[in-house]
Amino acid sequence: MVSGSCELPAQRTPLADAAETGLKIVVVGGFGVGKTTLVRSVSEIRPLNTEEVMTQAGVGVDETSGVDAKTTTTVAFDFGRISLNERIVLYLFGAPGQERFWFLWDRLFSGTLGAVVLVDTRRMDDSWYAIDRLEHHGTPFVVAVNRFDDDVAHPLEEIRQALALPEHIPMIDCDARVRTSSKNVLITLVDHLRTMAIARETTQP
Amino acid sequence: MTPRRPVDTGAPDRLYTVTGGRSRAADSFDLVTLVVSESRPTPGMQSEHARILELCSHPTAVVEIAAELSLPVTVVRILLDDLHVMGRITARHPRVAASHSELPDSELLKEVLHGLRKL
Repeated sequence: MVSGSCELPAQRTPLADAAETGLKIVVVGGFGVGKTTLVRSVSEIRPLNTEEVMTQAGVGVDETSGVDAKTTTTVAFDFGRISLNERIVLYLFGAPGQERFWFLWDRLFSGTLGAVVLVDTRRMDDSWYAIDRLEHHGTPFVVAVNRFDDDVAHPLEEIRQALALPEHIPMIDCDARVRTSSKNVLITLVDHLRTMAIARETTQP
Repeated sequence: MTPRRPVDTGAPDRLYTVTGGRSRAADSFDLVTLVVSESRPTPGMQSEHARILELCSHPTAVVEIAAELSLPVTVVRILLDDLHVMGRITARHPRVAASHSELPDSELLKEVLHGLRKL
């Protein structure tokens, strides 16, 4: 059963009763880069929105005060779902990549398979921080360049250099509005993960 | 039928009422842990608990429960903890190790690839 991105069911569609394993992939990128568009184009459900209230032990608060100083932050995120088979269901999370959100990510997305960094060539600055944090955390990722308005001004190699991206990190052009294109982005990521997993399994028996 | 919004999520104080004053949950429920009801709602049950039991007559991920109930994930985790203690739900936890640098095994990834290619 194939449904186009415009015909997502309005009613909630339950998972198969045999569903037993939930997996996560995160789509990171700056504001307006097309994260939700990508999630929507491959999701079997209309993307949902939820929020996490995070309590963080006070940072920059005088710790000698003897009071358990805490700040509360709410971060909202979109997600979509793909049932891969009867047992495995993949959740895609679109999350803001801006610096101020990153302290939340540790908890939100621990155990994620990997990440897609969605890049807009008109605002590449937004991508640097996300890439830096993913590298720091050791979260595997690929970079997808969302081509707006048939933008062909910047070839992938040029963007790779601009982002100082190592050769082993896959890059792919995409149009986040198109289902097959978004699907290819996910395949590129999982292919990359599998190559890494196989390499690890052969060196660490 | 549109399910009513259980609480006004704009007022954090009221979330404490939903959770009986607790603000921390055991980290046992991942965003994608799949929850399944083991019983039907019973009369007099807290409405959020009842709603979760209805939703989870089929496996439902924690994050979907939060979206459906319009409650923050943190609050949903606490409610799930209650239901789990009461034996009213079971949880199917993700297989993937909850550590950043640990990759899942290549067999699982192969299954994921296969599923994606069939989309």
